[in-house]
Amino acid sequence: MAAAMIQLDFAAVLVDWPLLLRGAALTLALTAVATVLGGALGIACARARTHGPTPARVLAAAYVELIRNTPFIVQLFFIFFGLPSLGVRLSSEAASVIAMTLNLGAYAAEIVRAGIEATPLGQLEAARSLALTERQVFLRVVLPPSLGRVWPALVSQVVIVMLGSAVCGQIAAQELSYSTNLIMSRNFRSFEANFVAAGLYLAMAVALRQALAWAGPRWLFGRSAPRGS
Amino acid sequence: MVEFSLWQILGNLLLAARWTVALSLIAFAGGGVVGLALVTARLRGGRGASLAVAAYVQVFQGTPLLIQLFLAYFGLGLFGIDVSPWIAAGGALTLYASAYLAEIWRGCVDAIPRGQWEAADSLALSFGEKLRHVVAPQALRIAVAPTVGFLVQVIKGTALASIIGFVELTKTGTMITNATFRPFTVYACVALMYFALCWPVSACSRRLETRMRRDR
Repeated sequence: MAAAMIQLDFAAVLVDWPLLLRGAALTLALTAVATVLGGALGIACARARTHGPTPARVLAAAYVELIRNTPFIVQLFFIFFGLPSLGVRLSSEAASVIAMTLNLGAYAAEIVRAGIEATPLGQLEAARSLALTERQVFLRVVLPPSLGRVWPALVSQVVIVMLGSAVCGQIAAQELSYSTNLIMSRNFRSFEANFVAAGLYLAMAVALRQALAWAGPRWLFGRSAPRGS
Repeated sequence: MVEFSLWQILGNLLLAARWTVALSLIAFAGGGVVGLALVTARLRGGRGASLAVAAYVQVFQGTPLLIQLFLAYFGLGLFGIDVSPWIAAGGALTLYASAYLAEIWRGCVDAIPRGQWEAADSLALSFGEKLRHVVAPQALRIAVAPTVGFLVQVIKGTALASIIGFVELTKTGTMITNATFRPFTVYACVALMYFALCWPVSACSRRLETRMRRDR
């Protein structure tokens, strides 16, 4: 029986736990930076598409369509391998963060836009009747409940970007899949190494989802009114 | 270094795009069949089946597609099977697509009001009849737009098969880049090819969605 001869050796992989841990940490760090920057970019594009002047609308729409209809790996390769010929030389970590940010930004823009468009008209009218500036109306009245409405979708998208970052190992960003590749090349336990990596990614995905679901209502669109001016 | 004209680059990429399309269709069709089985199991089976399907979906949606591809590639190798990239990529993408489609379709079935199931029950229809005559026709209408939308994810997902040595659009782009040292032009062309493949599908999905919303 061929099946009887299969011997799995997970210990050979787990012995390299510091490497796995470092990789997982970088994956989370890349994701954290991309989430903040990509989230901001998404909100900016959503605002441009709903409130901006025509050129801004067109530009934002073109960006969103371009990113959403091309694979992340091609975006990453274009930024890392393609941009140096324009004189833009990036470290693999910087290229990864930029690609992840641009990718998340496009999806977040569409998600946030849906939230903004669901704003009841009465809230806008109420805000304007208080003589708030357009900027205040957007930041204080429109945006927080919009984010609240679409938060589950945004969280899912962040998780997708985190999982997608596994590709960044291909340009030698030393995240979790890079660690996995390194372990594979040392001990040839390819299946076990990837199995362990899959488990780690799964745990990270579940934890990230929980953490964001918890953090969103507390810090971004809580019930309490925003303080300050 | 080899000199490639822009037309040669585009021509080669266009030829390679065939394999991207073929792999996408295989994964989408395979994923549809497995996904349908999963949805049926979830509706039909007891708690156990329902939990098992939920776990399956969670695993495939909670791990990177790249790692899934590696596992398929090296996992089949463990059994002494001579793994061609076609089998590994086709298999992994099929399972990946099935998890997402199962989840999409479950949402569509859940959107059908309970009363429809109860009405079908009161007519003494069997499970198959209920599904075929009452639930599926209604769920299908809701399912078309997101299903077509997911096809875009599958097409983009096939780009990862390049990493396990499947020669499709992205891999061909890398190979041409290695020969010409013109990554900017080549990857821009690769991106445009994907855009040309995906954008019409996206637009179609969007149109279906607005039409459905209008009809309601």
